[in-house]
Amino acid sequence: MTEITSSSAAVLAGLISSKEASSVEITTAFLDRLEKLNPKTNSYLYFNRENSLAQAKRADQQLAEGKTVSPLHGVPIAVKDNLTTTDAPTTAGSKILEGWVPQYDATVVRKLREASMPILGKTNLDEFAMGSSTEFSAYGPSKNPWDLTRIPGGSGGGSSSAIAGHLAPLAIGSDTGGSIRFPAAMTGSVGAKPTYGAVSRYGLIALASSLDQIGPVTNSVMDAALLQDVIGGHDPNDSTSLPNSLGSMVQSVKEADVKGLRVGVVKQLSSDGFQPGVKACFDDTIKKLAAAGAEIIEVDCPSFEYAVAAYYLILPAEASSNLAKFDSVRFGLRVTPDGNPTIENVMAATREQGFGPEVKRRIILGTYALSSGYYDAYYGSAQKVRTLIQQDLAKAFTQADVLLTPTAPTTAFKIGEKVNDPLAMYLNDIATIPANLAGIPGISVPNGLASEDGLPSGVQILAPAMQDGRMYRVASIVEKLYVDQWGASLIARVPDLEAL
Amino acid sequence: MSEITPDLVRHLASLARILVTDQEVEQLAGELGIIVDSVATVTKAVSGDVAATSHPIPMANVYREDVILPSLSQLQALSSAPDSAEGRFKVNAILDED
Repeated sequence: MTEITSSSAAVLAGLISSKEASSVEITTAFLDRLEKLNPKTNSYLYFNRENSLAQAKRADQQLAEGKTVSPLHGVPIAVKDNLTTTDAPTTAGSKILEGWVPQYDATVVRKLREASMPILGKTNLDEFAMGSSTEFSAYGPSKNPWDLTRIPGGSGGGSSSAIAGHLAPLAIGSDTGGSIRFPAAMTGSVGAKPTYGAVSRYGLIALASSLDQIGPVTNSVMDAALLQDVIGGHDPNDSTSLPNSLGSMVQSVKEADVKGLRVGVVKQLSSDGFQPGVKACFDDTIKKLAAAGAEIIEVDCPSFEYAVAAYYLILPAEASSNLAKFDSVRFGLRVTPDGNPTIENVMAATREQGFGPEVKRRIILGTYALSSGYYDAYYGSAQKVRTLIQQDLAKAFTQADVLLTPTAPTTAFKIGEKVNDPLAMYLNDIATIPANLAGIPGISVPNGLASEDGLPSGVQILAPAMQDGRMYRVASIVEKLYVDQWGASLIARVPDLEAL
Repeated sequence: MSEITPDLVRHLASLARILVTDQEVEQLAGELGIIVDSVATVTKAVSGDVAATSHPIPMANVYREDVILPSLSQLQALSSAPDSAEGRFKVNAILDED
């Protein structure tokens, strides 16, 4: 690992702006590393050295002309493969889109280009972002750089393993029920889900439109704040995009001060069902915050008990509708059965061959949840649970400024351990799902290694809707408490991938 | 116990336009049965009059000025199609001949 590839994005941006290193040099360092090590982690589904370097060259040219277009000018980035890119195939981890090159860039991708950030490649994910391990990717699972026999979390395990393995300094993820935060916790990296609507979803291949949100995956809270400042903001192409700016996240990080902070600990997500080492890390975070002067308050969110159940009705319902567009007509795979099949036969054969088992399971479940006779009982009740969760959170946020929970119930499990048990897989997101149902921002910050297995654990910080700045401020406080103790961030202890 | 029978799975799969083998039907019926039993707890969560939430952030209808903006050309729109002819998407017959 070179000094460049182990540096934070903030440091790299500084090297570029002070002309100590060029974007081409930095991009080359990451390309060299990922070309060598991607076979070990399977973080990237696609990369193209020539294309990335051409973008880096343009960034350097602008600098030579005295133009700096963003605080991350010249810093390369990896993009989850469910965001459309006109210069790279976009598969969403599915065979049904193999080889598809979109005709338009996602708004986030356009913003990265406008910020002169070279794109290193497209990262792996569970098919259509349905999963929490990347084992449902049609292109094989990604591996966790802390232990290559374990999952890097999902669905954004390509991005999280790229960050933890130093195959990219920054990455983009998408989070429908925890797909940014859970992988961050599994890999000792930082992952933020902004408020619903804070980042445009235009060009994100939709999973569940009322839950999906794009956000940063990074090695530090400051890097995540820098990236959210680049990708956030109103977009007329996304009708759910928030009309007003949420302000500068970087500014919030700089204002980090624990004085007067009220930290809520969610009763329902702080005791049962967590691996002892994960629970111990969480208790330690709370102890540290209390010692630093924060007031700790227990808050009650009784409806959280039903969050996973509500989520697995709402998500499949929306997904079954969103994925109807993969019908072999306008793009993607077409499988034509023998004989003289009708278009319906062609669609059914295409979707049979193009979709993997988890996608089929969820589409059929969603079709069931929306069918007449069941709609009110299942989908209708799930939407009411959503209201109850929002009410619980509204009350909790009158008592506390932010809420803290462990991000995940366990550390990274073994590849293959849960793949045949859908229900066990669904429970990985027990702590992250409420934020998606309520639309509030959440971030995962590393808070130690679990004593029983030496694997990373993460703490989740939740803030009220639109208060992303507050979330970053507290995340930065938590991060600093640990960096002060360890003398470096957790990611500095990740094993050397080259030796694994 | 849930009512997810193999016949129901077959019916749902056909509504969702997914061809399923007998083996898949058996497996899905078992898996979906377990999942449905589990998610059915939502029916117990709600008592009394609770409004449904379909969207996390309250938003009224979003309008923009009715102006023509650049969009995909016909050629671009057709460029990823598995089959096209005369500037259109080409598909198999919609109606069965029988």
